[in-house]
Amino acid sequence: MIQQLSNRRKAWGYMMKTFCYVSIAVVSALTLFMIFYIFYKGLPEITWSLVSTSPSYLKHTIGILPDIMNTLYVVIATLVMVLPIGVGAAIYLTEYAKNRKIVELIEFAAETLSGIPSIIYGLVGMLVFCQFLGLQTSLLAGSMTLVIMNLPTILRTTQEALKTVPQSYREGAFALGAGKWRAIRTVVLPSCINGIVTGCILAIGRILGESAALLFTTGFAHNLNGFFEGLRSSGATLTVALYVYAKEQGEFEVAYAIAAILMVLTIIINIATTLMGRLMERRNGQ
Amino acid sequence: MNAKKAKEDVIHFIFLILGLIAVGSVLVITIYLIISGLPAIREIGLVDFLFGKRWASTAAEPEYGILPFILTSIYGTAGAIIIGVPIGFFASVYLAKMAPKKVCQVMELCIGVLSGIPSVVYGLVGMLILVPGIMNMFNVPDGASLLAAIIVLAIMILPSVIKVSLSSLQAVPREYEEASLALGATTTETYFKVTVPAAKSGIFTAIVLGIGRAIGEAMAVMMVAGNVANMPGLFQSVRFLTTAVASEMSYSSGLQRQALFSIALVLFFFIMLINATLMLIKKRSQSI
Repeated sequence: MIQQLSNRRKAWGYMMKTFCYVSIAVVSALTLFMIFYIFYKGLPEITWSLVSTSPSYLKHTIGILPDIMNTLYVVIATLVMVLPIGVGAAIYLTEYAKNRKIVELIEFAAETLSGIPSIIYGLVGMLVFCQFLGLQTSLLAGSMTLVIMNLPTILRTTQEALKTVPQSYREGAFALGAGKWRAIRTVVLPSCINGIVTGCILAIGRILGESAALLFTTGFAHNLNGFFEGLRSSGATLTVALYVYAKEQGEFEVAYAIAAILMVLTIIINIATTLMGRLMERRNGQ
Repeated sequence: MNAKKAKEDVIHFIFLILGLIAVGSVLVITIYLIISGLPAIREIGLVDFLFGKRWASTAAEPEYGILPFILTSIYGTAGAIIIGVPIGFFASVYLAKMAPKKVCQVMELCIGVLSGIPSVVYGLVGMLILVPGIMNMFNVPDGASLLAAIIVLAIMILPSVIKVSLSSLQAVPREYEEASLALGATTTETYFKVTVPAAKSGIFTAIVLGIGRAIGEAMAVMMVAGNVANMPGLFQSVRFLTTAVASEMSYSSGLQRQALFSIALVLFFFIMLINATLMLIKKRSQSI
């Protein structure tokens, strides 16, 4: 005969299960609410004239084209700088380093960097890049701040990818007479390109969403510039523009429109990382 | 042959330099914060600065006491943890153990999106929905308050709490659960009394990471917390350590500006404390 569970145990089980269901319901409701509310409020506000013009005080119109371009410039400039540093550091850690102490030191530094809040990056970026290096408040100073912020992300994803490259690949290259650098360049790096791309996508996501670190380093200007001129001048990215329009100018329609654009980008980036993850799993499984 | 070796050495050296940039950045950040943060503390006096109850940086006779900011940051973070961690914890247990595979995949995407939403977007929604909501619901004159900040922070730490505890729950060996089931425990009992304790250190890590995120968040809080240097109260308009720095930076000068750097130094100290805790958890879980 099967013994029944005592009522207390049954009640406890039901309670815990209920907590679980309620929590997951809360999380999914929150996500759906954020996505649909932002789209509901923001998508109707996105018009061609909004995304294709600069703001004009004379005509009292608002355009976010400069902010879109600034965001693009910052993403490009940051990636161009952070990729060599992050990938290089990861190569050093997995391929070259023999001294355990140095490896631990670098890993400790990367972990510390990833814990520092963005407002502190903004502050130090302002002190070091804008004032000490004399870059003023410019997109370049902002990008350099973001380079340091995103360094741990690129470093870690590349390192993970490098670790999955089988040792036999390297040995094969050495056996064919390749030097260490040649082996890395022609064999190791190409086989972990997926990991580097994933790191890039994650970094782009962080750059798109960043605002506190850029507030004091890139400033708020809304001028339309070319790439190199833009890097030297001050300019708001989409997130900073959202903040300024919502908090300081009370232009909530524009803020919602920007929020909807950012939301679309967030969703695209997430789907891209998921797809990359699946691709890598499939490849590693073979 | 020698030329080849020299070339390899140079390349080795270049990679070493690239690796050391991270170390250099940490040093530069620490040194700059200390150098620019200390003068104001010395001028105001450490005790007056940390435990002064009044912040009036633009008054005729300025006072620089940051106790309101410190307490607000602590209360705000504690509130966010109290609301966010239980929800995140139960959600991650559900996802790790009870959810069908399809639900799990969809929810992982959801959580990814939730963690990718920029903080200014949370701030915007909080500002236009939460703040008026609190105003109407509790009949207070202004909804921009500590409560609004706590709710926004709780939502913002959810994804990282879920992600980290989820991966630690999934790493628990299947044998533990099978043994518990064989001894007659129900599945729910197994999950909560065997799996969760086994994943303890990962869940602690999730909580500490949540604390770090909550205490460092600036923009979303700035948009919903009202930004007045009051002592914390649930319906008071308050200023956090982060927002104290951000809100006055653009027009500050002299001692006021230096005091802002000192606030950043205090914030940095808190973050380092949290980092040290994380390392400790990691070390202890490795040594077991």
